[in-house]
Amino acid sequence: MTSPYPILSILGIVIGALTIAAFLIWVERRLLALWQDRYGPNRAGPFGLLQVAADAIKMFMKEDWIPPFADKPVFILAPAIVFVTVLMSFAVVPVAPGIIVSDLNIGLLFFLGMSSLGVYSIVLAGWSSDNKYALIGGLRAAAQMLSYEVFMGLSLMGVVLLAGSFSLPAIVAAQMKIWFVIPQLPGFVLFLIAGLAETRRIPFDLPEAESELVAGYHSEYSGMKFGMFFVGEYMGITLISSMIAVLFFGGWLGPVLPGVIWFLIKTFAFISFFVLLRAALPRPRFDQLMSWGWKIMLPLALANMLVTGAAVLIWGNR
Amino acid sequence: MIGILRTIWLVFLHAFQKRITVQYPEQKPYLAPRYRGRIVLSRDPDGGERCVACNLCAVACPVDCIALQATEDANGRRYPEFFRINFSRCIFCGFCEEACPTYAIQLTPDFEMGEFHRKNLVYEKEDLMIDGPGKYPDYNFWRVAGVQIGGKDKGQAAHEARPVDVRSLLP
Repeated sequence: MTSPYPILSILGIVIGALTIAAFLIWVERRLLALWQDRYGPNRAGPFGLLQVAADAIKMFMKEDWIPPFADKPVFILAPAIVFVTVLMSFAVVPVAPGIIVSDLNIGLLFFLGMSSLGVYSIVLAGWSSDNKYALIGGLRAAAQMLSYEVFMGLSLMGVVLLAGSFSLPAIVAAQMKIWFVIPQLPGFVLFLIAGLAETRRIPFDLPEAESELVAGYHSEYSGMKFGMFFVGEYMGITLISSMIAVLFFGGWLGPVLPGVIWFLIKTFAFISFFVLLRAALPRPRFDQLMSWGWKIMLPLALANMLVTGAAVLIWGNR
Repeated sequence: MIGILRTIWLVFLHAFQKRITVQYPEQKPYLAPRYRGRIVLSRDPDGGERCVACNLCAVACPVDCIALQATEDANGRRYPEFFRINFSRCIFCGFCEEACPTYAIQLTPDFEMGEFHRKNLVYEKEDLMIDGPGKYPDYNFWRVAGVQIGGKDKGQAAHEARPVDVRSLLP
């Protein structure tokens, strides 16, 4: 099921992802303000929408400073990695039937691999900054990714078992009868938590941890390199939200409205939920994060996979 | 676990609550009448200057932002030759108002004094003077003070007895 106009869908997905990521700066600040009984940015343009332009201009105008003690090539490369890996993952996201960059038969594995590669960006940024706070942030990122990547993959195996395929369009097509969130509720919750940790969002923002580590791994970054980390983070949120929509909430499936609209509605709902979590939850201690990941989430993911596997063995995957 | 879900739900409910932000330039905050803002020099009900250039405000000022020079007019009334407040140093503590014996210097509920050049924050006497008596509409220092000035001899002030004639034996 490849697209009839591949260039168009590539351009559409890249531009769409970048635009959504840019406007998430505004969306996040407005939503956070809504839940904190404030207004947020509402001055620049209608509803403050031009805040995005103002932020972008500010980012570009700032001095792009590289500390003299930094490891220069790695320092420059690190923000590009997070950007590239997230954009690569968007290649396998099925927005609507036919609107997909590449319908890989191992699309899900590709997504998992690319999102794990993203951690290199954080670790290398922390290492090359030659700053103790950045290094601690990078180390935390490495440990956090290691513990959460494991059950992130395992939590999706139930979906794969039910759909009988690693291809994302096939997984969406398998949800015609029932969304996988119902038979795979534990898998959904596990993936949600792992996805939060993967995007380094607030309950799991230990690599960044403003209150402890200045700004964590990007303490030494300024100008557009810092902006790349941020846009990368927002694209990561968009990616995880769209993956939740695709894997558990039937992607483009839905009545009346066209598929793209349904996909965007579901994605935006999860983006908003991520922002709500940021507004509501405090950051756990690091040892709590690790033991929670290894001692609770991993066994749960394994149990979920085993039970789903047994069910599929007994009744077949419908 | 239940606590976390409850927290998320309660924070979500805040979406339907009133926002407490005051949208400042369009929506002004209420300022109390005794708010300590921009400093003014007030006048007597008859239009004369209240300030007698006693320098108490300059002495009381903890940041030394008030400067003035005393002089006298033809009637013997003391007044400031110049009166200068550097608002870029002023901390709006109101000590000058408390120190003032004639209610001349007063703080007003106005804080919108932003300037692009620091020089413009140095207010001269003509910037500080207002035409009215400010917070004390009926007070007139020269009418109640026992000081002799042109047009008002000793003993002619309000509630003041005539001076005792030490050469007379009459009661």
